[in-house]
Amino acid sequence: MSVLVYINSNGEKLAKSAFEVVTYAKKIGEVTVVTNGKADDSKLAQLGKYGASKILVDRSFDGIDEQQIMRMVATAAEKVGANTIIFSDDLIGKAVAPRLSVKMNAGLITGANGIPKDDGTVPVSVFSGKAFGFVKVNTDKKIIALLPNSIQPEETGSEATIEEFAGNAGDTRVKVKETKLPDGDIPLPEAELVVSGGRGLKGPENWALITDLAEVLGAATACSRPVSDSDWRPHHEHVGQTGVAIAPNLYIAAGISGAIQHLAGVNRSKVIVVINTDAEAPFFKAADYGVVGDAFEVLPRLTEAVKKFKASN
Amino acid sequence: MKILVCISKAPDTTTKISFTDGDTKFDESGVKYIVNPYDEWYALVKGLEIKEAHGGTVTTVTVGTAEDEATIRKALAIGADDATRIDVKPEDGGQVAAEIAHFAKEGGYDLVLLGKETIDYNGSQVGGMLAEHLDMPFISLAESMTINGTTATLDKEIIGGIQTVEADLPLVVSCAKGMAEQRIPNMRGIMAARKKPLNVVPSSNAAKQTSFEKYALPAPKSAVKLIDPNNMDELVELLHNEAKVI
Ligand SMILES: Cc1cc2nc3c(=O)[nH]c(=O)nc-3n(C[C@H](O)[C@H](O)[C@H](O)COP(=O)(O)OP(=O)(O)OC[C@H]3O[C@@H](n4cnc5c(N)ncnc54)[C@H](O)[C@@H]3O)c2cc1C
Ligand SMILES: Nc1ncnc2c1ncn2[C@@H]1O[C@H](COP(=O)(O)O)[C@@H](O)[C@H]1O
Repeated sequence: MSVLVYINSNGEKLAKSAFEVVTYAKKIGEVTVVTNGKADDSKLAQLGKYGASKILVDRSFDGIDEQQIMRMVATAAEKVGANTIIFSDDLIGKAVAPRLSVKMNAGLITGANGIPKDDGTVPVSVFSGKAFGFVKVNTDKKIIALLPNSIQPEETGSEATIEEFAGNAGDTRVKVKETKLPDGDIPLPEAELVVSGGRGLKGPENWALITDLAEVLGAATACSRPVSDSDWRPHHEHVGQTGVAIAPNLYIAAGISGAIQHLAGVNRSKVIVVINTDAEAPFFKAADYGVVGDAFEVLPRLTEAVKKFKASN
Repeated sequence: MKILVCISKAPDTTTKISFTDGDTKFDESGVKYIVNPYDEWYALVKGLEIKEAHGGTVTTVTVGTAEDEATIRKALAIGADDATRIDVKPEDGGQVAAEIAHFAKEGGYDLVLLGKETIDYNGSQVGGMLAEHLDMPFISLAESMTINGTTATLDKEIIGGIQTVEADLPLVVSCAKGMAEQRIPNMRGIMAARKKPLNVVPSSNAAKQTSFEKYALPAPKSAVKLIDPNNMDELVELLHNEAKVI
């Protein structure tokens, strides 16, 4: 079966999610990747190692306009006869996949967090990570958007051919005026390690406790809703039911009570560490490791311990 | 300015999730429904702000059964002018988008606002689908929007940052945090809402394309391992050797 995968190759490096979606597609069939922009061949060739046989690149545009990408992916699907199309369920996937679903009359599964089962259903995350669903598509064509950090990329050691192609992307009706990418920051949904702070940290002036630990770990930073509502931290760091949903390997929460709406955004984390003065804080029930103690003392100690560990490993 | 806001209901955020009928259905017994927070706090209020600044009307549309009317009345109490309910049980994003598109096509709306996602199925599907049906640009996850004549300027979330974009109306926009400040309905609004029109229109029988065959709850977590707050070396050691995450 021919499977088409869209990846965004604009960044400095290919995102981990690009290798995840190729690995995922390889478990379903023969993989063609479609992308656009200026990425050089050696960068794209890495996708071959994870199972892509062919890579189609449209060099005529390098934006992330949702209509242009949709048209390009539809053209590529037709060209390679793909009935299954895979996206990463990231901010681009969320804009493009639904449009494509209508254009191709293809049933859409978003929030996928595992490979299709023998009965053809795809596992997805529902109720903000509080449950799983198993979804069947009733149309011939289907589109699956895979949540970042749901599967591990696997190298297959194969090689891909790279082909320039015309995706008939057409015009864009959306003008980009400015793009702000804070440099050095790790985008939260992509991060494998996350350090997060809540109201227990008392004020923005204490945030070095969080950022110092994040820095030694190479982690992204996050926060609870009251923290971003009070403008102690920027909006995009707010995780939870009404913020970003993340699934890092490690989530360290300091001074966060663990309200159900907060847990909704972080309960897919693989390992949770909770630091809280209150032994009764609900977060401890969702934690793997707990430290009952004052974040103002525990965090600097943890930062030192990580430094020591990094120095000797 | 004709503004359409898509409103859905969602289980209250503190709902305990469980399933019935051999884990094939969400157990609705005792579940309290609210207006989906993104729709209420951001999409609806942004619609009202634009109306207040530029004039026009704010219409809400909901694909749902008579049971949804309490949440629709809340949207009217916050300030929408009128509401339409498309009378069919929503089954998937594809069906909902096709139903709304059928309704919106003749309406001549300048702006169609949605929430970022519904908090039950977290699909983030309807907005993009609707934009394709209506052949309009789709700005996803907008955090701010200003309108100047027939042009909208928006800040939207992109991977790792923020992008400022400009597009001509009509537009479909999905609204995320930052777009507007939540408004609490007052007594006058609640009284007025009773007299506002809530039109019920028949479904166009749009087909669903996907179905949930089964549900499952995650395996229960084992008990938390407590670490002495004076011994962070032990925590680091466990994260490295036991959890294998650093
Ligand atoms: C519809 C709805 C949606 C919501 N969505 C979200 C969401 O997406 N994300 C979200 O986070 N919240 C959300 N909330 C809010 C949520 O219910 C909680 O109010 C919020 O998560 C609490 O934030 P917090 O834990 O930082 O603060 P608090 O509840 O005030 O907890 C602070 C914690 O810090 C501890 N503490 C105090 N001092 C120290 C110290 N020195 N060291 C260590 N610990 C200390 C305290 O024991 C306490 O447990 C939502 C609420 C509603 C109603
Ligand atoms: N049944 C519905 N009726 C009206 N609008 C809906 C419905 N379901 C979803 N929406 C809108 O579409 C947005 C995205 O929903 P979803 O694609 O289901 O995550 C929501 O925030 C609503 O604005």
